[in-house]
Amino acid sequence: MSISLLTFYLFSAILLLSSLMVISTKNPVHSVLFLILAFLNAAGIFVILHAEFLAMILIIVYVGAVAVLFLFVVMMLDFKTSLGKDNILQYMPIGLLIGLVFIAELVIVLINTRLDLSNIQILSNPLDNFSDQSNTEAIGSILYTNYVLYFQLSGVILLVAMVGSIVLTLRDREGVKRQIVSEQVDREGKIELVDVKSGEGVDI
Amino acid sequence: MNVLQSNFFELITIIFYCILIFVPLLVGVVLALYADRKIWAAVQKRRGPNVVGPFGLFQVPADGLKFIFKEIILPDSADKTVFLIAPIITLALSIAAWAVIPVQAGVVLANINVGILYIFAISSLGVYGILMAGWASNSKYPFFGALRSAAQMVSYEVSIGFVIVTVLMCVGSLNLSEIVLAQKNIWFFIPLFPMFIVFFISALAETNRPPFDLPEAESELVAGYQTEYSGMPFVLFLFGEYINILLMCAMTTILFLGGWLPPIDVYPLNAIPGFVWFILKVTLVFYMFAMVKAFVPRYRYDQLMRLGWKVFLPLSLLAVVLTSSILFFFKLAPGMS
Repeated sequence: MSISLLTFYLFSAILLLSSLMVISTKNPVHSVLFLILAFLNAAGIFVILHAEFLAMILIIVYVGAVAVLFLFVVMMLDFKTSLGKDNILQYMPIGLLIGLVFIAELVIVLINTRLDLSNIQILSNPLDNFSDQSNTEAIGSILYTNYVLYFQLSGVILLVAMVGSIVLTLRDREGVKRQIVSEQVDREGKIELVDVKSGEGVDI
Repeated sequence: MNVLQSNFFELITIIFYCILIFVPLLVGVVLALYADRKIWAAVQKRRGPNVVGPFGLFQVPADGLKFIFKEIILPDSADKTVFLIAPIITLALSIAAWAVIPVQAGVVLANINVGILYIFAISSLGVYGILMAGWASNSKYPFFGALRSAAQMVSYEVSIGFVIVTVLMCVGSLNLSEIVLAQKNIWFFIPLFPMFIVFFISALAETNRPPFDLPEAESELVAGYQTEYSGMPFVLFLFGEYINILLMCAMTTILFLGGWLPPIDVYPLNAIPGFVWFILKVTLVFYMFAMVKAFVPRYRYDQLMRLGWKVFLPLSLLAVVLTSSILFFFKLAPGMS
């Protein structure tokens, strides 16, 4: 048993336990926090597989950005009133159904691929013609050449989603005062120096 | 068990290296706290801490002792586990990032290939300590402070990311040591001067330093997310914050000021060991941090968001396009000539 195997068991054990806690804990904020722990451990497993670029991107994108927004929303919910026993039972059949679908898909994949566990080294490092490069370079040289169209396309899809959500939520309300910085900074012709005679005042 | 035995020596070395990072860091934080107060005082024509020890140098350790012996107050309605984990996470994450900082040629605990991404990832996790603290306190002001802080840190991370991308395009590697070595001929703050400014201001916002200290704006939010904390957990927050500030100073040094490299590669200068240059540069950047704290008034929240999203984001995006175009057109990009 090597150190990497030991750390793999550690990461995967925490990963499984924390994902179990995500669905079993009662407090939604705790759920999100356990979800973040699960993400972190998944990133750890990526590191063991020498996919350090993917690990870091997983943390930056999912943990650093997506989960923060998620936590943000969940924190502002008034969950003390919304959580009840019947609520959980109500969603049970759908949850079981989705779980079953996932298990079935996993089984189908495992039956069809004949996973050879003796070749775990190849599985964890399938791009052997890139072995002299760091995996950041390897991903870059594939993503920006062979898959550049798909890469651009996914970018455009995200852009459309962003524009869509802005269009849906943006509305100009009447009577809201806005700061226009350029106008505020611009003093040309708006400031006048006046000599005021005492006792007479001045017309502005 | 024999796994641990066979790797025992390695484990001991790593722990030794960790202590070698941690102890100077702790001393650095104590000195930084002291310098921060002294500079602030000097700008306002006060004396600052000058009673405890020579020149008031022992003020910070004395404050630390005071906090250690204070009672840790756990608010009754707080979520106690999360409440106590939050400061620990803040401190642990801020220290963890230092594992990849090279202080001299070859002197680094973990010389990993994705060093800069690692730091970016760790510093993006820092927001969780604050969010958890704010939520677990179960009180109004900490919650507002945490919400503000989270929005602020996430916003400025975007521009920091793009600034890092511009630097990386000039280097061609994500390894921090190679980023430093790529500045042998010219430090990046000269060709990328606008990005240096953007990075510096974003670093202020990222570490919740004044003028962007809205999460703990005392005139509005008591003490923001730290309101309910006392004793040791408060010290953990304080130390985490200052280690993060030092980390941002070190990042500025590595990305723009040539890390451990001397200003010019001539005899009396290059005889000085690299870590001295590194510490000098970090001190210089920290001095700028402290000066900004002393004389810039606090931003309003909408101005902060405007600066982040409407000024820095377009500016840094433009810089990415411009830098890549120039590098491509003049065939300056690493690996192109």
